[in-house]
Amino acid sequence: MDSFVAIVQVLDSTIRLSVPLLLACLAGLYSERAGIFDIGLEGKMLVGAFAGAAAASVFHSAFIGLGMAILISVAFAMVHGFASITHRGNQIVSGVAINFVAAGSTIILGQAWFQQGGRTPALQPGERFEAIVWPGADAVRGVPILGPIYSELISGHSILVYFAFAMVPFTWWVLFRTRFGLRMRAVGENPAAVDTAGISVAWLRYRALICTGVLTGVAGAYLSMVQNGGFVKDMTAGKGYIALAALIFAKWKPVNAMFACLLFGFLDALSIRLQGTPLPIVGKVPVQFMQALPYVLTVILLAGFIGKAIPPRAGGVPYVKER
Amino acid sequence: MSTPYAKLPAWADYGLIPLINLSVAFIVAGFVVMLVGENPFRAAVILVQGAFGRGTGIAFTLYYATTFIFSGLSVAVAVHCGLFNIGGEGQGYIAGLGIGVVCLAFDSILPWWLTFPLAIIAAAGMGALWALIPAYLQAKRGSHIVITTIMFNFIAASVMVYALVDILKPAGSMAPQTRNFLPGAELPKLNWIIELFGAKIRSAPLNICFLLALIMAFLVWLLIWRTKLGYEMRTYGHSPKAARYAGISETRIILIAMVISGALAGMMALNPVMGDQHNVALDFVSGAGFVGIAVALMGRSHPVGIVLAAMLFGMLYQGGAELAFEMPAISRDMIVIIQGLVILFAGALEHMFRPYIQALFASLSPTSVGIGAVKGKGA
Repeated sequence: MDSFVAIVQVLDSTIRLSVPLLLACLAGLYSERAGIFDIGLEGKMLVGAFAGAAAASVFHSAFIGLGMAILISVAFAMVHGFASITHRGNQIVSGVAINFVAAGSTIILGQAWFQQGGRTPALQPGERFEAIVWPGADAVRGVPILGPIYSELISGHSILVYFAFAMVPFTWWVLFRTRFGLRMRAVGENPAAVDTAGISVAWLRYRALICTGVLTGVAGAYLSMVQNGGFVKDMTAGKGYIALAALIFAKWKPVNAMFACLLFGFLDALSIRLQGTPLPIVGKVPVQFMQALPYVLTVILLAGFIGKAIPPRAGGVPYVKER
Repeated sequence: MSTPYAKLPAWADYGLIPLINLSVAFIVAGFVVMLVGENPFRAAVILVQGAFGRGTGIAFTLYYATTFIFSGLSVAVAVHCGLFNIGGEGQGYIAGLGIGVVCLAFDSILPWWLTFPLAIIAAAGMGALWALIPAYLQAKRGSHIVITTIMFNFIAASVMVYALVDILKPAGSMAPQTRNFLPGAELPKLNWIIELFGAKIRSAPLNICFLLALIMAFLVWLLIWRTKLGYEMRTYGHSPKAARYAGISETRIILIAMVISGALAGMMALNPVMGDQHNVALDFVSGAGFVGIAVALMGRSHPVGIVLAAMLFGMLYQGGAELAFEMPAISRDMIVIIQGLVILFAGALEHMFRPYIQALFASLSPTSVGIGAVKGKGA
């Protein structure tokens, strides 16, 4: 029974750790499916986290915080769009720029406004998203096997967690069952064809980037308003890049993306759990090895030793209308 | 890599447009300073005074510039081959390991002028190795080099923490760093050059690596514009298809470009490790590899431009440190914002003002923009 409880705990933290990855990964999916590489997921998450925590603690409302996180994150996505769609700049360079501006400005503004060394004030109970306890969760806790699964795994998360997982089928539906999704995929594969059909390539790509901004905003809000209860500098700590890796691993498909993010979340949860405990056969594993594992795995996956990932064909190429 | 824009005179292309882009980046940075509640003009004055006001300031500016010349050259070499090496940070960090091992092994038996070449080889070798793996994966397995080099930055960070905490840390010490090097691994300072001009320097870490950086800038120029290899790299960067058609091996050229790029990134570790701190500490690179991206973009991937851009960023770093004293609200992280804005305006938005400037030039003298040459394309 003890090991079963341990497994449920690891799975529970897997869910918690994979939510920001999942949101950022789906965010990247919208933009990359529309043919815009987005290496700036990290930066957009970071400004989302900062704006969310700052607004929530100033206005004492979690939902104002969430709205602000989305707003600022979308604004950064629009800068990316302005550079890479309107001015046909290099999309990777633009993404890198956004990451730097985000990293610097969150610290500078945080320090100037709150004077806590780049942190935002710790969020009070009403200012962060609380865990939702499902009906009967406490009653069934004692039931063997199913009890802990229901009360620990399914119940007791904040609304953003359920939102993240609901976004998976929703994104699938948008992508494969709506006109917008069809056009978005087309614009990522062959923008000239979309243009010929009389649809604006630029506007479509801007709309895809708005979706990206909304989702990275929520991802940032999750980090600072659910997981942490306040903004800490550089709190994304490479999650944007891991999400990008998960997106490639998932071959730009929403359901695969969920599994990829759960896998990376699981690795993260496992490395926290196994810190300092000796493993059978290999003995004590240095904690740095466990921390590096997601990155090493990503490199191996990217190298195509497990299947081959083919990106959207027009990805990274600015569209120049023929004259 | 073809630009959908007409040609401008060279001085406008290489001088005016970068200058305008840079000014816009600094104007936006000025707004951030205002948002924080300080006067941007006063901040600029303090910054420039801090960087160039006294001899010590100049020496520090050049010291920082040294590192940025290396990282800027590293990015530029890869860019000429159409590759975006974002992993300079990790390559420089891991090179610290090679330098550390060489210095710890030889600092008690060899003089600095023998340790230094060995350390250069170790640094360049480790950096090159760390770039070789992503290059191989890009060339042979088709994984995107940007993503792989980012991952290698994180892996390098983990490796270095492990190496410093578990292996290289002397017994009984708490700080995660190697022991201090003996004089056999300390590089001579260059402060006397500035003192020749009558300035006084109390203590500044400007050292012989600065000369190495200038030599490297010259060698990179030689490589890119005066050798067959450089020509092949530029061909591949312009059009992989044309390069393939011309019989240039794709794998070979990617591997060579990335190895050179990684070696240059590795050498940037010499400056702080052997020239200043005299030990290998956690996170000694502190973002210099990423500054290289901004430097290379601003210098338009030309060694002369890179040296100038590196000086500018050296000035920002040194002046920024002084600024943080005078205006506590503006910490060193202001430079990260400026860096991002420079990358945005000089890199991603480099064409933003071009149409306006072209229109201006066209109205002044139509032949200078080649409008006379392009006949009736039907716009």
